[in-house]
Amino acid sequence: MSGMQFGVFTVGDVTTDPTTGRTPSEAERIKATVRIALKAEEIGLDVFATGEHHNPPFVPSSPTTLLGYIAARTERLILSTSTTLITTNDPVKIAEDFSVLQHLSDGRVDLMLGRGNTGPVYPWFGQDIRAAVPLTVEHYTLLRRLWREEVVDWEGEYRTPLHGFTLAPRPLNGIAPFVWHGSIRTPEIAELAAHFGDGFFANHIFWPPSHTRRLVQLYRQRFEHYGHGSADQAIVGLGGQVFMRRNSQDAVREFRPYFDHAPVYGNGPPLEEFTAQTPLTVGSPQEVIDRTLSFREYAGDYQRQLFLIDHAGLPVKTVLEQLDLLGEEVVPVLRKEFQIGRPDHVPDPPTHESLVAGQQR
Amino acid sequence: MTALVVVSGGIRESSSTRLLADQIEAAVRVELARANSPAATSVIELRPLGRAVMDAMLSGLVSTDLAAAFQLLAEADGLIAVTPAFNASFSGLFKSFFDVLPEEALSGMPVLIAATGGTERHSLVLEHALRPMFSYLHAVVSPTGVYAATTDFGSQAGLTDRISKAASDFSRLLQACGPRKRRDVFAEEVGEMTRLLASTEQGNAYGPSDPAG
Repeated sequence: MSGMQFGVFTVGDVTTDPTTGRTPSEAERIKATVRIALKAEEIGLDVFATGEHHNPPFVPSSPTTLLGYIAARTERLILSTSTTLITTNDPVKIAEDFSVLQHLSDGRVDLMLGRGNTGPVYPWFGQDIRAAVPLTVEHYTLLRRLWREEVVDWEGEYRTPLHGFTLAPRPLNGIAPFVWHGSIRTPEIAELAAHFGDGFFANHIFWPPSHTRRLVQLYRQRFEHYGHGSADQAIVGLGGQVFMRRNSQDAVREFRPYFDHAPVYGNGPPLEEFTAQTPLTVGSPQEVIDRTLSFREYAGDYQRQLFLIDHAGLPVKTVLEQLDLLGEEVVPVLRKEFQIGRPDHVPDPPTHESLVAGQQR
Repeated sequence: MTALVVVSGGIRESSSTRLLADQIEAAVRVELARANSPAATSVIELRPLGRAVMDAMLSGLVSTDLAAAFQLLAEADGLIAVTPAFNASFSGLFKSFFDVLPEEALSGMPVLIAATGGTERHSLVLEHALRPMFSYLHAVVSPTGVYAATTDFGSQAGLTDRISKAASDFSRLLQACGPRKRRDVFAEEVGEMTRLLASTEQGNAYGPSDPAG
């Protein structure tokens, strides 16, 4: 695979369909998520990423269980997260879970780390939200060592010390899964990603482009500062949010009740204002193509584009229709258009194969 | 030049809250001119921002107009904040505006607090509602606030004197504080992470992690 990666990311919310009043069961939502992932592979997308939550109305509390199941039923799809909580998960458990997933999926796995913003999750897992930033740094530096060093001796503030610890299984081919750092708002995360030369994923979907531009610019500058390559070689991913019908007016009419009642922005600004100010695009496939191509104007040539398509109570049938449109009409054009004018020195998104090849070089 | 911002939480047109705000602003300007420190004032009326304030609270999305108001405050040297007294406190809109204002926006900001109400029996709203909120936001609240009841607008003498006294105190506070240091929370957060990463690597007795990967 070369050029950009395209995929979908899911929050994993169980939300009542406002047009029918029907609420799916947790089992239905989990099975629907699997259908969405399988469909993503079928229509030629590259990535499926799941969120992680530890409270209702969300179902994905155990991402690698879900991704392991999807891995067994796919051949090509890269399995990822959006995000894996680096604060409240034990880094040792993250290392173990993703090592096993790497072996099961033959390397088709990377992960996106985030802090999580649901207050009570921290104390439920024995952590303190006020220490979220230093906790992130400590846990992540330990996670890196677990994947890279045979025997780890470690002591820190927030976890029991490790002496003579060896991660089992070792990462596939001795190569750690590629790590993205996801950020909605905070520049600290851009700095963290730049420091280690990891990927930076701007959630993008709740904010005006000016905000995303600033975060991505910061990440690119700091990536260069830390000596990982030039600013335009930094590894950038963006979120996006779309709802499509062949006819633009049909898309708006059908999506409006879902927008108006959506848990995140429902009962807030009207759809028109939200689409004007954020990347949310409700319209025809061509409108989605045009809007998505415009992201490059402020994010530069980037590596990964993930779309959110399955939230706010949309029925799975509708979501699968969205995937059909993405696969048939949108992504093939985006692949071609994003390649135009893309400098040769802009790297492809890192994959297990490319990281193994890079090590052998 | 001292950059002043007036935040007026009046609901009606014309509002006695705005009337009080304008009188205070004029008095402060006179005091500052007397001290050879001319002022430029911008006014933020909250009523036209009402929907945007609520949208920002519910969805986090800040409209262009609201962002412009935030920017005015970020660049201000002093704030005159005036609210109607509702149910023994500031109005919900007034509080909501400061609830969605970015963190640290009022840090170190000299603030003159003022309120209007139907009767003078509500005057302690200044001390029990406004002052604690602005203190919590790390503003420097001027010791003298202004409360105006409806009847005050019929007997100007007392109110005018109270406004002059508050303006004089606020003017001295503004001069003592000088131009406000603009805070760049974005850069501060990056700097904090840079230091944290550096100290984590230095302090790791069991060998540094490998930044080159």
